[in-house]
Amino acid sequence: MSRIWNFHGGIHPQENKQQSLTIPLRQMPLPKRLTLPLQQHIGTPAIPTVKVGDKVLKGQRIAEPSGFVSIYMHAPTSGTIVEIGDYPVPHVSGMSAQCIILEPDGNETWIEHQGVEDFRTLEKAELAEIIRCAGISGMGGAGFPTNIKLHLSDDHIVNTLIINGVECEPYITADDMLMRERAAEIIGGIEIAAYLIKPTHILIGIEDNKPEAAVAMTEAARTSKLNIEVVVLPTKYPSGGERQLIKLVTGVEVPHGQLPADIGIVVQNVGTMSAVYQAVHDGKPLISRITTLTGKALSSPGNLEVLLGTPIADLLDFCGVDSSKQSRLVMGGPMMGYTLNTAQIPVIKTSNCVIAGTLEEFPPAPPAQSCIRCGNCEQVCPAELLPQQLHWFAKGKEFDKALNHNLMDCIECGACSFVCPSNIPLVQYYRYAKSEIRNEQQEQRKAEQARIRFEARQARLEAAQQEKEERRKARAEAASKAQAAKRKAPVTTTTDSAIDPEAELKQLKTQAAVARTKLKKAEKALQEAEQNGADNIDQLKQDIESAKQKSELAQKAFSDAENKAPAPAAPSLKDLKVAAALARTKVSKTEKVLADAEAKGAPSVDQLKNSLQKLKEKAEQAQKAYNDAEASETAGNVSNASSSQGTQSTAASTSAAQPIDPPQNDVKALKSALAIARTKLKKAEKALAKAEEEGIEELEDLKQAVAEQQAKTDSAAAAFAKAEADCQTAKEATNQGPDIKALKTAAAAARTKLKKTEKALADAQAQGSASAEPLEKALSGLQAKVVQAEKALQEAQAQEATLA
Amino acid sequence: MDAILIAVLALLGLALAFGALLGYASIRFKVEGNPIVDQIDALLPQTQCGQCSYPGCRPYAEAIANGETINKCPPGGESTIQALADLLDVEAIPLDAEHGEEKPKAIAFIREDECIGCTKCIQACPVDAILGAAKQMHTVIESECTGCDLCVEPCPVDCIDMIPIETTLSTWNWPAPKPSEQLIATDRGRGELFDGSAAGGSQS
Amino acid sequence: MALLRITSPHILKPGRTGNVMLQVILATLPGLAALCYYFGWGPLINVVWAAMLAVLFEVAVIRLRKRPVTFYLNDYSAILTAVLLGLALPPFAPWWVTFIGIFVAIVVAKHLYGGLGNNPFNPAMVGYALLLISFPVEMTRWAPPSLLTESGNLGLIETLKVIFEIVDLPDAYTMATPLDTFKHKGALTAEELWSQSPLLSQGLDAWYAISGAFALGGLYLLIRKIYTWHIPVSMLVSLILVSGFFYGSDPSNYAPPLFHLTTGAVVFGAFFIATDPVTAATSNKGKLFFGAIIGLLIYIIRTWGNYPDAVAFAVLLMNLSAPFLDYYTRPRTYGHKKSNRGIKG
Repeated sequence: MSRIWNFHGGIHPQENKQQSLTIPLRQMPLPKRLTLPLQQHIGTPAIPTVKVGDKVLKGQRIAEPSGFVSIYMHAPTSGTIVEIGDYPVPHVSGMSAQCIILEPDGNETWIEHQGVEDFRTLEKAELAEIIRCAGISGMGGAGFPTNIKLHLSDDHIVNTLIINGVECEPYITADDMLMRERAAEIIGGIEIAAYLIKPTHILIGIEDNKPEAAVAMTEAARTSKLNIEVVVLPTKYPSGGERQLIKLVTGVEVPHGQLPADIGIVVQNVGTMSAVYQAVHDGKPLISRITTLTGKALSSPGNLEVLLGTPIADLLDFCGVDSSKQSRLVMGGPMMGYTLNTAQIPVIKTSNCVIAGTLEEFPPAPPAQSCIRCGNCEQVCPAELLPQQLHWFAKGKEFDKALNHNLMDCIECGACSFVCPSNIPLVQYYRYAKSEIRNEQQEQRKAEQARIRFEARQARLEAAQQEKEERRKARAEAASKAQAAKRKAPVTTTTDSAIDPEAELKQLKTQAAVARTKLKKAEKALQEAEQNGADNIDQLKQDIESAKQKSELAQKAFSDAENKAPAPAAPSLKDLKVAAALARTKVSKTEKVLADAEAKGAPSVDQLKNSLQKLKEKAEQAQKAYNDAEASETAGNVSNASSSQGTQSTAASTSAAQPIDPPQNDVKALKSALAIARTKLKKAEKALAKAEEEGIEELEDLKQAVAEQQAKTDSAAAAFAKAEADCQTAKEATNQGPDIKALKTAAAAARTKLKKTEKALADAQAQGSASAEPLEKALSGLQAKVVQAEKALQEAQAQEATLA
Repeated sequence: MDAILIAVLALLGLALAFGALLGYASIRFKVEGNPIVDQIDALLPQTQCGQCSYPGCRPYAEAIANGETINKCPPGGESTIQALADLLDVEAIPLDAEHGEEKPKAIAFIREDECIGCTKCIQACPVDAILGAAKQMHTVIESECTGCDLCVEPCPVDCIDMIPIETTLSTWNWPAPKPSEQLIATDRGRGELFDGSAAGGSQS
Repeated sequence: MALLRITSPHILKPGRTGNVMLQVILATLPGLAALCYYFGWGPLINVVWAAMLAVLFEVAVIRLRKRPVTFYLNDYSAILTAVLLGLALPPFAPWWVTFIGIFVAIVVAKHLYGGLGNNPFNPAMVGYALLLISFPVEMTRWAPPSLLTESGNLGLIETLKVIFEIVDLPDAYTMATPLDTFKHKGALTAEELWSQSPLLSQGLDAWYAISGAFALGGLYLLIRKIYTWHIPVSMLVSLILVSGFFYGSDPSNYAPPLFHLTTGAVVFGAFFIATDPVTAATSNKGKLFFGAIIGLLIYIIRTWGNYPDAVAFAVLLMNLSAPFLDYYTRPRTYGHKKSNRGIKG
């Protein structure tokens, strides 16, 4: 008999174990439906490998691990997978999680399975793999995958294997019953575990309130070749806690922040050992477990062998629950278990006990009184903490102090709450503080990462900026050098300029641009000055005048040079395109400015309108130039141009009249333009709605803006549709067959728009708004469009049919 | 006369000695940089959202070190204000509503079929949490997003949503214990005091 | 069937704060009986009068703080405070002395600090110390133990009349306590003092009995595990050791340990005052220090201080240092090599 040590604190609550031990182990009949949560263990949830409607056999794999700390799941019986979805799972929060729902067929047909004759012939890794494939996780409470604990890396040398048969929580007798009924199986499992981790000592810890179990285990241990020692421990809660049990039987404390394995100790639950035995010797995966059903609301409490996934409601019915008496449904023991808010929760791999308690059994906790610092909590704390100090810290949210008082070493056993004369929910304070601390730490980590990324980005941007600056400097230097060279050798310069008139042109252009910018700035300054009523307006105006003159001069010089410059062999199509795009952007910008100005009722509206007109003209010109160029190019290449290109160019010339209509071959660009226009419209509408709500005066303006936007969107949409249609015809011309899909989309889009407009119209009419009329018009237009689109679609379909 | 002279000399000597000592200490133990800024920066949520009107968390930390108020950080909310108040030993003041409200934590999500690939959001993201290229669909790296909202405004097609982070089984937390019913009944309006959320130091 | 999310544990040990307080009140009964036996009705009247006042003040303050009255009254802490103060007062303390003492104890020392559990000082001792400083005459007006007076004790009615100052206390009924006598022995040696006043040594017998009665109540509380042995034992042992040391070195000038142990409020203080959990240190090691330093302080103040008795001051001083003791005597947490000292890492 080895020595028994002691740990600090502990309590002796009423055991209430005999109630569930009067009847021997019973088999729970097959339920109608099994709910199998994908997370029954610590770690990441398993991933289903079956689909809804699949027929599965008993013991068939239905989910696989999603990571290292994850497990396999198996069908507890044969049947059909009817659903994979969210259902309430056994968890304190009462939340739902993904479950596989299995409807048993009642046949209990096993999948082909085979045990291992002699596990000693297997490699350790193979044996661990068998355990892994059986989906075994710790059955004591935490649910850590067993294969990981039994197949440690080489740097762990295990000298002690402790089997936990303590079961210190009141009410629970599942392990007691298991040890009485299946002692041999447990010993078999221990032999396998011993083979895997090669410990020098094997200890089975059992509390002295389970004499039958201790006798059964001692008897069974005698049959084994291994030196297995049954250690009978004095009954005290929480001696079944892993760290407490280690202290009890070895006298060693697991250092803070380390695992038992780090000091050469592995603790396994008796239920886990039995499951390991079944997996290795019979090839049966973990599909059932022993669960204690107890509580005063049950007429026949006892232990049941239950298939995983069986709803607790079925178990309660089986044990004759009197639901009128039941006031609290507890999953787990009364010290650490949690209440369930529904009985439709399944039994999982870690469910060792369900208590249907009556009001007299679990009276509601009386209201908490003030802490009188009696120190009872400290006397019973098995982790030797100062619970009352932690309570003050948690209450005052002084989490760093709580951390310093080793809050994280709290095992949440509930002993302190149990003895507290003021009924303070101490454990909940600790749980709350712990999760707050964890959150805080996680947030801090995230913030740290964000900070690093932000700083890295900042550095990158700076570097890019610097590089740009350097390049600019280098260019400037080169330019000045070139200038110097020019001055030194005037003869060569002329040839230079003759050779490179483009560079000069560029320079002139830059000058013109600079002059313009200056002008703009001056204008802005003037505007500000006017607003502020400054004195120096006159001077500013003069400045502007001179700036204007300069700008004009520069512009003139530039255009002169441009005209003079020998035109390049053919104006680059690309350049023209860019110019056209630029012009368009300018137009839209000016439009925006104009809209703003209108909204604000600024006096500069007329001026802006003028400039807009000019810009539009310019844009048109640019577009035209581009189109012309394109057309000429096409014409130049007419010999090898296909008919489709011809179509394109004609289409281009027809669409040239529309300033915002780009060449139709860029359908994608149009699409995004359309999207932007739509968004703008949306925004405008939103603004309008807001304005209507607020009853703002410039409602009319806004409405107008919305209508304009609508018109723009429509035109954009039309352009898009047209472009698409053009593409269509082009495609048709190239005999590729009509793109029905696109047409369909167009038709659908048109229909959606129609619907929306109808809705808007209805709204408008309901509100009696003035915009109803234009909306109606737009609606009829849209209707026509829809008809058109549908017609086009039909035609296309018909065409395709004939082609086919 | 001698006594006075001795006293004066002694004091002078002491003053010189201590002055030299202080001068030496100020050179020998000179602190590089401003450690308080680092400490403040460490408390800020690092969303880099600019809601405080400073271009990032560090500039705001520097501003706080120079006397800016501590209540301009909506993503950090009350807890950050509390932490800053503790650090700087000033009174915790409620969040300045001018800079926004404390919202539940969220991350950006790009509706990818609507994205036109304009890269505007990529440029706006202070932590490079958006992936994508011009004319290519963009997407948010969930784990890196700080929920700063900065990408929402620049999007020309409004395809970015801020999705609040949902509680899952693994992120579920125990709530703080509620004061018992009997006490609440008469302690209406004092719930905070009971909750322990009243400004720190309720420990006795 | 209301299935709510209720935090574990789902079972609680019977016994509430009110129960604890009641047990302590119960345990004072032997001491009260002994006091009454030797000093007449005074102590009982004091205790009852104090308890009535305490309930009154408690109700008033709870009302003012807008809290449920019965909920807070049910913890009996106010009555316990009153009983402790009542026992500490001299038998013929005027009614207004008790009134002021209880007011200070309940309103100032307890509720102004946030009520039960938040008071840094033992309320009864705060009240007592204030009275001792403010009304030294009334507070040292001890009656002679009854067996010393020929006429026996005053009757109930007479005592009431004296306490409520309807009649003056006859001079025959005042007498200095042994501690007082010893304190003011002047140039006399201890031997001379003993021989000069035989009444003193006889009066000591009464104090032995009273201390014994209080110790009996304390033992009851120890057995009922209301508190642990650490504070009373360390306090008494340290007092015995210190007084023994000085008595051993100079018996003619210093009082013997037994004298120190049984006179004044030492035993009463050890079992009923210093053990007040709210204001004492909480860790076991801290409690040992707490008690031992109280013992030491009692001796120092008694011997070299201005006041003949010192339990109240010693306890208050240590109340002040209890948090400090707690921070520096934190137990080593499971799995840690050593305990963290202080509150910051």
